[in-house]
Amino acid sequence: MSHMLEIKDVHKIFNAGTINQKVALNGVNLQLDEGDFVTIIGGNGAGKSTMLNAVAGVWEIDRGQIIIGGDDVTNLPEYKRAPYLGRVFQDPMNGTAATMGIDENMAIAARRGGRRTLRWGITKAEKERYYEMLKDLGLGLEDRMTSKVGLLSGGQRQAITLLMAAIQKPKLLLLDEHTAALDPKTAAKVLEISDKIIAENGLTAMMVTHNMKDAINHGNRLVMMHEGRIIYDVAGEEKKRLKVSDLLAKFEEASGGEFANDRMMFV
Amino acid sequence: MLLEYFTSLDPMSLVRALPGNVAQGLIWAVMALGVYITFRLLDFADLTVDGSLATGGAVAVMLIRGGVSPAAALVLAFIAGMLAGMVTGLLHTALGIPGILAGILTQIALYSVNLGIMGKSNQAINVDQYQLIASLRYVTGDPHTRLMFFAFLIFSILVLIALLYWFFGTELGAAVRTTGCNSNMARAQGINTNFMTVLTLMLSNGLVGLCGGIYAQYQGAADVNMGRGAIVIGLAAVIIGEVLFGKLVSGKSFTFAYTMMAVAVGAILYYTVITVVLWLKMPSDYMKLFSAVVVAAFLAVPHLKGKHQRKRYKEVAKA
Repeated sequence: MSHMLEIKDVHKIFNAGTINQKVALNGVNLQLDEGDFVTIIGGNGAGKSTMLNAVAGVWEIDRGQIIIGGDDVTNLPEYKRAPYLGRVFQDPMNGTAATMGIDENMAIAARRGGRRTLRWGITKAEKERYYEMLKDLGLGLEDRMTSKVGLLSGGQRQAITLLMAAIQKPKLLLLDEHTAALDPKTAAKVLEISDKIIAENGLTAMMVTHNMKDAINHGNRLVMMHEGRIIYDVAGEEKKRLKVSDLLAKFEEASGGEFANDRMMFV
Repeated sequence: MLLEYFTSLDPMSLVRALPGNVAQGLIWAVMALGVYITFRLLDFADLTVDGSLATGGAVAVMLIRGGVSPAAALVLAFIAGMLAGMVTGLLHTALGIPGILAGILTQIALYSVNLGIMGKSNQAINVDQYQLIASLRYVTGDPHTRLMFFAFLIFSILVLIALLYWFFGTELGAAVRTTGCNSNMARAQGINTNFMTVLTLMLSNGLVGLCGGIYAQYQGAADVNMGRGAIVIGLAAVIIGEVLFGKLVSGKSFTFAYTMMAVAVGAILYYTVITVVLWLKMPSDYMKLFSAVVVAAFLAVPHLKGKHQRKRYKEVAKA
């Protein structure tokens, strides 16, 4: 069976040849099967978000190959990879267009991968569909469909971005620390919505997080990154039995003593 | 001395000057709408317009002199403007030159291009010889002609606003607005932001070229310097329209259409203000300085308002 995502020996160096040179990805390999939901943890600068950006095509990679659903997308620009992907970002501002209405944002997402023509930007049937989708969310947003997204809270914006990611079923959902900027209660709610959307649509997903408990409790697989590589990859029953202390031990092992300072990040 | 100054002002001369300035404002409204599209919807300060306005004027005048109908000449002025916009767009997207600089480069290059089109620094067309679309003569002529001319100008602006309203409501137009609002998100949603940027610059400069073509007919000549400072006039119209009518038009359905109408009214008001200060005997040499100060002041209003509000919140919080 072919994989939904294959990352093959991907390398990326930022600012090559300058004093700010940084090896961000140093030979990353990862295969995801359809329906896999992998959580990704690691210290600051380990390459978690960089790996997601490499998949999304934010910039060209230096070496390696990225294959989504059997299609080699390595040389496709970001906007041409968009049909394969749903993306939610750390900063709630990034996932939506603030000066446009909730319905307009959803209509933009619904046309991801389609040709944008001179037909009217949103149809009546669509509006009814979006109303139902927003109602399912349970945040009361269905009655504010034409409100500008800029007027909404961070949690509401992330919830809408999640809906937008799933509105055209993507081959892969990329969640890049999408709860990190939210208060704990809102973060829990957004995570709950994420789980629901992934389960209902049977999505394959990658979620970067700084929260080890979340990484253990969500998804069917967990990978740990360190210095631009995947150093630990666990799935199934073994993952379910993981404890935060096990992950901390893994970190210590990978990074030697230095990791003790970084530990604060992972509570 | 003050009395002497006031008695020297002739109210009738102001009244006589106003129709011409309203006409001028309506013509420049076409250009202001072009500036609005790039400045507000695409979030791109495009300095190409100072050059593309004269390009539109030069193309229209030379074609009319060559026997092309004034209406057809305007179509080609629009296309010439689009080409200018495309150059700026490609300099920015394909060659990675910062937006403002890309506009300046095209603008400078167009100075030579415009001289080339006209063969010299200005070319005249006489309204007696050609059936022009617009002319100062229609404003100063008999009341019937004047009425028809104003009706035609206002109708044309409304049609243009309707067309723009439609375009920016389509899938393609929504993609342009998304690009201007959040280009990262636009790419994540599969929008080719480079294409949208070039397309919008073409549309905007097309309108500016069209305005140049109409304005050259109106004043009976195209001049290589006719677009100097045009961006400031365009911005003035946009900002005057927004500041004066922003509250009035926001939150309604068709807000976008009303905003464009406010921009058109802003262009008329700009020329009215100019007429009034000239009537008050401000030396015309200071005109550009005056325009720049007005635009800078209006641009600063939202910023200063925000500062003032923050200060007040702090005071309230203390108390």
